[in-house]
Amino acid sequence: MRALPVGDRALLVELADGAEAQALHAELLRRRATGELRVREIVPAARTVLLDGLDDPGRVRAQLPGWEIPPLPAHAGAALEIPVRYEGPDLAEVAAHWGVAESEVARIHSAAEYRVAFCGFAPGFGYLTGLPEGRAVPRRTTPRTSVPAGSVALAGPYTGVYPRASPGGWQLIGSTDAVLWDHARVPAALLAPGVRVRFVAEER
Amino acid sequence: MSDRAFAVVRAGALTTVQDRGRPGHAHLGVPRSGALDQPAARLVNRLVGNPPDAAVLETTLDGCALRPRRPVTVAVGGAPCPVTVDGRPAPWGAAIRVPAGALLDVGAARSGVRCYLAFDGGVQVDPVLGSRSTDLLSGLGPPPLTTGAVLPLGSPSGTHARVDTVPQPAPPRELVLRVARGPRADWFTPAALHTLATRAYRVSSASNRIGLRTEGPALERAVHGELPSEGMVLGAVQVPPDGRPVVFLADHPTTGGYPVVAVVREPDLAAAAQAVPGTPVRFVPTGWR
Repeated sequence: MRALPVGDRALLVELADGAEAQALHAELLRRRATGELRVREIVPAARTVLLDGLDDPGRVRAQLPGWEIPPLPAHAGAALEIPVRYEGPDLAEVAAHWGVAESEVARIHSAAEYRVAFCGFAPGFGYLTGLPEGRAVPRRTTPRTSVPAGSVALAGPYTGVYPRASPGGWQLIGSTDAVLWDHARVPAALLAPGVRVRFVAEER
Repeated sequence: MSDRAFAVVRAGALTTVQDRGRPGHAHLGVPRSGALDQPAARLVNRLVGNPPDAAVLETTLDGCALRPRRPVTVAVGGAPCPVTVDGRPAPWGAAIRVPAGALLDVGAARSGVRCYLAFDGGVQVDPVLGSRSTDLLSGLGPPPLTTGAVLPLGSPSGTHARVDTVPQPAPPRELVLRVARGPRADWFTPAALHTLATRAYRVSSASNRIGLRTEGPALERAVHGELPSEGMVLGAVQVPPDGRPVVFLADHPTTGGYPVVAVVREPDLAAAAQAVPGTPVRFVPTGWR
């Protein structure tokens, strides 16, 4: 673990990998909830966690290496289920990357359990980890100018769902009617960091 | 909608509703947003007796024109500009009483970029996640003003102290940005860090509420790999592959994959909001180890 100063009020904590970053994120949330840590933003990412709005970043930076950070707890309770119609325009391309039949893509994608590692790109867009080893796919060489809201997509080691229509370069394998983001709802984001997710294939 | 409202007669190049923004949601991918020149927004609110978090209008370069349905007290600040009510000159930087149905015209900025208009009672559009700010990156909050739109105003509270005049800083002839060393300074060559600290940059016309783009010598990378996405702060100086520093402003993305070479100290960002394209920019390292 390495904590890098970011301006006057923030720290970027760099971890060895995504799993460590998710574990630290969980521990930071716990410490904020108990009042041990005062911070405005806790922003997990691929293998870092940003702490922004700290009163005394130097003190936190000095204390961090001494913290006991428990590994992520084993799955408690049911994962959030997101129904998916697996009929995206990039099914064939993803199947080719994986070396499987097109019909297998849905089975592989919906068999895994995912976890929202971090958000970004758009409000409510979660980067979900949990895709089986060897199933990473490259981004499209030419991004689409408009990807429909609810598109279920893959890029690199991640899967995710577009909360609203936007340009995007991820490979589209399906779509869902789930509302990923509704600012009038509490919580606004269906997928916040730490949420566990299962995709359930809808009958065609 | 109550009669406390105004109609937009001329929307201007880009006029948005802004307040102190919506911090605390970065982990969901929601930018902070809020007025780019926060001190100016606070000052105009003081002039009309509003609390500091009341929503104001932020214009870009060419102002806007409005017609209130009821008499309102208005103050215009930020970038200096001509102000008229029904064609008659009215003061900038002071409270103005605008009669019902009169045309309030905020002209083009004489210097600087962004004017701020406060109305007693504040602009009362529906808040989203606790803020009325328009966020251009993610589309939260009300859309930018369009000609013909009608926006609601709140009722004056009367509980906040009103001031007659407030000093407002002039837009910068040269933008001096004090910077702390960024988390990824070591991704750049020592020569690049020297370039950033010593060479002249200029504000690019491609700047917007998301970032202040600069023109000047490119910063050479020492590490050429790809940086996995990481959290970004307000004032981060991100360096895209073309090597020209971009200073992240209020609507910046919450995570990003280009290395941050330095971080601008927050009090210097208000001046960045008022620096017209072509303004010389100097990055001044402070407290670099």
